[in-house]
Amino acid sequence: MFVPSPIERTPDGDFRLRLSAGERELLTSLPTELTALIEADPADPGLRRLFPPAYEHDEESEDEFRRLMHEELLAGRREALEVLAESARSERLSGEQLDAWLRALTDLRLALGTRLGVTEDTYDQEIDPDHPQAYELSVFAYLSWLQEQAVAAALES
Amino acid sequence: MSPATLKPAEVELGEPEQQDVPEQDRPWIVIVWNDPINLMSYVTFVLQKLFGYSREKATKLMLQVHNEGKAVVSGGTREKAEHDVARLHSHGLWATMRQD
Repeated sequence: MFVPSPIERTPDGDFRLRLSAGERELLTSLPTELTALIEADPADPGLRRLFPPAYEHDEESEDEFRRLMHEELLAGRREALEVLAESARSERLSGEQLDAWLRALTDLRLALGTRLGVTEDTYDQEIDPDHPQAYELSVFAYLSWLQEQAVAAALES
Repeated sequence: MSPATLKPAEVELGEPEQQDVPEQDRPWIVIVWNDPINLMSYVTFVLQKLFGYSREKATKLMLQVHNEGKAVVSGGTREKAEHDVARLHSHGLWATMRQD
């Protein structure tokens, strides 16, 4: 059976979205939730993978790096998440929007994956419907699949 | 991408006579670390996009990250390394820098 890609490059150079209403709803609400978490406390340990240190063993340089870069990195994340939430119901994405989608999907997966304690084995395991985090695990699996498709579409250009 | 684009980074990464170079002039390297969340295809895509690496070179680096736990992806002056680390962080990759 031929399953059309959810994100496909068109001859015009933009990207056509084929997503269900449920997927679009999820892609609108998740970025808004993550933005709220980031705004509440960017130092939350659950968000540590979004803001890793640049210098591992040099606290002074690391403080300086944060002082210079943190606001910019924070603003870039908020912007990409906003683009995802606002364009999740669109029929088409520009190349710039797709780029924001790739970064926003990464941030959603980093935040959710950290919370779920994802390992490389997670991808091979079937999700047990009785698992207390079965819903989150299925959202994570969906985001992983969607991002794979988005990368493939971006590489077509 | 032409090989010429890649040349400066490779030259800067060399360390022929490190003991003779004053510490502040020693080159910095940018390291990407393996993590279980970022997809292999995405890491390859980001390395191509940010550094203009060929698909082949980006894939080789990604596989090095995946198999060996880390790879040096760029380098140069401290300012360039900080800039590269910030761009990698903005794309969600786990990158750090240190003086070679």
